[in-house]
Amino acid sequence: MTRQMTGAKMVVQALKDQGVDTVFGYPGGAVLPIYDEIFQQNDIQHILVRHEQAAIHAAEGYARSTGKVGVALVTSGPGATNAVTGLTDALLDSIPLVVFSGQVPTFMIGTDGFQEADTIGITRPCTKHNWLVKDTDELSGVIHQAFHVARSGRPGPVLIDLPKDVQFADGEYTPPAKAKVSHYQPKMKASIEEITDLVKLMEKAERPVFYTGGGVINSGPAASQLLRELVDSTGIPITSTLMGLGAYPASGENWLGMLGMHGTYEANLAMHGCDLMINIGARFDDRITGRIQDFSPHSKKVHVDIDPSSINKIIRVDLPVLGDVGHVLEDVLKVWKSRGRKTADHAAWWEQIKAWREVRCLSYTNSETVIKPQYALERLEALTKGMDRYVTTEVGQHQMWAAQFLGFEDPNRWMTSGGLGTMGYGFPASIGVQLAHPESLVINVAGEASWLMNMQEMGTAIQYRLPVKQLILNNERLGMVRQWQQLLHGERYSSSWSEALPDFVKLAEAFGAKGIICSDPKDLDDALMEMIKHDGPVIFDCLVEKHENCFPMIPSGKPHNEMLLGDASTEGAIKSDGAVLV
Amino acid sequence: MSALRIQQGSTSHSAYDLRDYHADVVEKHTLAVLVDNEAGVLARVIGLFSGRGYNIESLTVAEVNHDTHLSRITVVTTGTRDVIEQIKAQVGRIVPVHEVHDLTVEGPSIERELALFKVEGTGDKRIEALRLAEIFRANVVDSTLGSFVFEMTGTSEKIDAFADLMRPLGLVETARTGVAALARGQAE
Repeated sequence: MTRQMTGAKMVVQALKDQGVDTVFGYPGGAVLPIYDEIFQQNDIQHILVRHEQAAIHAAEGYARSTGKVGVALVTSGPGATNAVTGLTDALLDSIPLVVFSGQVPTFMIGTDGFQEADTIGITRPCTKHNWLVKDTDELSGVIHQAFHVARSGRPGPVLIDLPKDVQFADGEYTPPAKAKVSHYQPKMKASIEEITDLVKLMEKAERPVFYTGGGVINSGPAASQLLRELVDSTGIPITSTLMGLGAYPASGENWLGMLGMHGTYEANLAMHGCDLMINIGARFDDRITGRIQDFSPHSKKVHVDIDPSSINKIIRVDLPVLGDVGHVLEDVLKVWKSRGRKTADHAAWWEQIKAWREVRCLSYTNSETVIKPQYALERLEALTKGMDRYVTTEVGQHQMWAAQFLGFEDPNRWMTSGGLGTMGYGFPASIGVQLAHPESLVINVAGEASWLMNMQEMGTAIQYRLPVKQLILNNERLGMVRQWQQLLHGERYSSSWSEALPDFVKLAEAFGAKGIICSDPKDLDDALMEMIKHDGPVIFDCLVEKHENCFPMIPSGKPHNEMLLGDASTEGAIKSDGAVLV
Repeated sequence: MSALRIQQGSTSHSAYDLRDYHADVVEKHTLAVLVDNEAGVLARVIGLFSGRGYNIESLTVAEVNHDTHLSRITVVTTGTRDVIEQIKAQVGRIVPVHEVHDLTVEGPSIERELALFKVEGTGDKRIEALRLAEIFRANVVDSTLGSFVFEMTGTSEKIDAFADLMRPLGLVETARTGVAALARGQAE
């Protein structure tokens, strides 16, 4: 059965048929027909953000915390260009999004019309795919395909550019079941040979380690369950990238903590010293590998990934396993069990790991007079443990400390900008998360500089009564920039002060939210509880030590076994060849 | 504090990687890419090459199946084996791409290019140009009293060779299509 309707109505109908309940967006001339349709229905709620970048990040937060596709709607020209940062962020972190942008009418394309931009050209390299729809009859099919592409294989953002005349024109609506089947069908299951080879390697390895990433989260909650079963039954230690936190519980016995540039000593040395590395849904990012030539020199490497272009991109692996993490883990478990649940003796390996753990690499010197950022996060963790909690972050030192000091027991509870490192991500992402989980505690761990990048979203939080907690670890510095300037640039702190900061309590009050300020460690617990218990958005201005550095740290251009553990070890640690790396 | 002896530092990527592996040798490969003939598809493919820093030596594209709207892009590229593998994987995941074939490694293949050469001259040079064109089986497709346009089909090497010979004989303009290529034998 097909139905005639306008393109604008089709957009809303297709969203309903795709099960969408929330759209983040900002209206403008080129999307007015769609907004008119949104106005005339109640199934889909539209969340009016205050800047299009925030619409995309909010949709990312929504998607990441639910496993569903996030949807955003922006107008032509500046609406679309403002969305570019968010799209790139979602592409690098493999977050499924469908973004609709308005466009000038088809007969005006190419004339430099008002609010015209070559959106397809601009967003081509920052989307998984994009479409310019010139014919209303094709619109619904494109939308259904867009959802398919966004969520299939390695997920990612897609964009549909909609000229205004296409929105006004009538066309035939095709429901999802009738839509043309896309040839885009990524391979989900790995071959039995690959699975068996992996199991054989697992059985023989004396020093194995699981190195897991965001792919486990993207594969769905079942993948995390299977991972837990595999880790616990084989007794193999596990570490994870920033993006993969929560797939294996932080309280789990085999958990080594996060790896990488600011990962734990035990995780990085296990990566360096292992004889079998099993990468599951991670991508050998440069924050993880350090110096490529010296990356885990004595290990056999397995790489499980759904994206063939991830295999051998950075690190040549001995056994690529192409498929969806969940499917692969299920098959690995089956084969491993059917072959008699064999493992080599890992006792000496665990003994070694125990010795590394005893270094207690996350220890820091606490203070009775100043709040250390690590202490603030330790207290946040202690006070919110066991709560129905979601955490987002901005980008910088606070992000790394949050990853180090907060423990994640479940997937989809941790939303952070990993690949692109987008300052300004956390606040709008927390809005998206809160909309998806209205009853849950949603905290954005922020730095004051990052937070200011999308602070206009206070308006959104107030308008929709979203009780998001903005915990700003305020060191009045661009902390990570300052840290690098200290270590790499002769302590010349070029433009890394946050000058002329607002009074955050007054700022909160100006928007009609609650503001809390705290600078004394003795008051911290009470202040944090006040934030947690308040039924409404809170800006918490947590004045912390201004010159704290984030450790451990693998300096740029160094291998895993040359970590810096604290300030004492930083003297001359980074050579000029390392300094050119970011 | 080390309970196990773990060797520090190594240049090998893996202790077990025994493959014959030439990391630094740059190879030339001809790729055939079948894509949906939709607006912007060529921009997607070449944008990927420029965005990721890959080389394009030559590029041809045209619709080859009007019923299914499939176009064939033939691209000649250079890179180390690692880079070539990456290029194939990256091109392969572009949504409108149906198939990527590396004709250089998938068995024997035929490569052809078409070129047009404008050669101006009189007297002996003009006669010599015509004589060489016959040897190379180039056709004269345009002629004036002072010029020829030769049309020639062949491998890129043959076309290069002919161009080298024509240069001292008055070659003033060249147009080349870039390589079109097909695997030999029956289609699978």
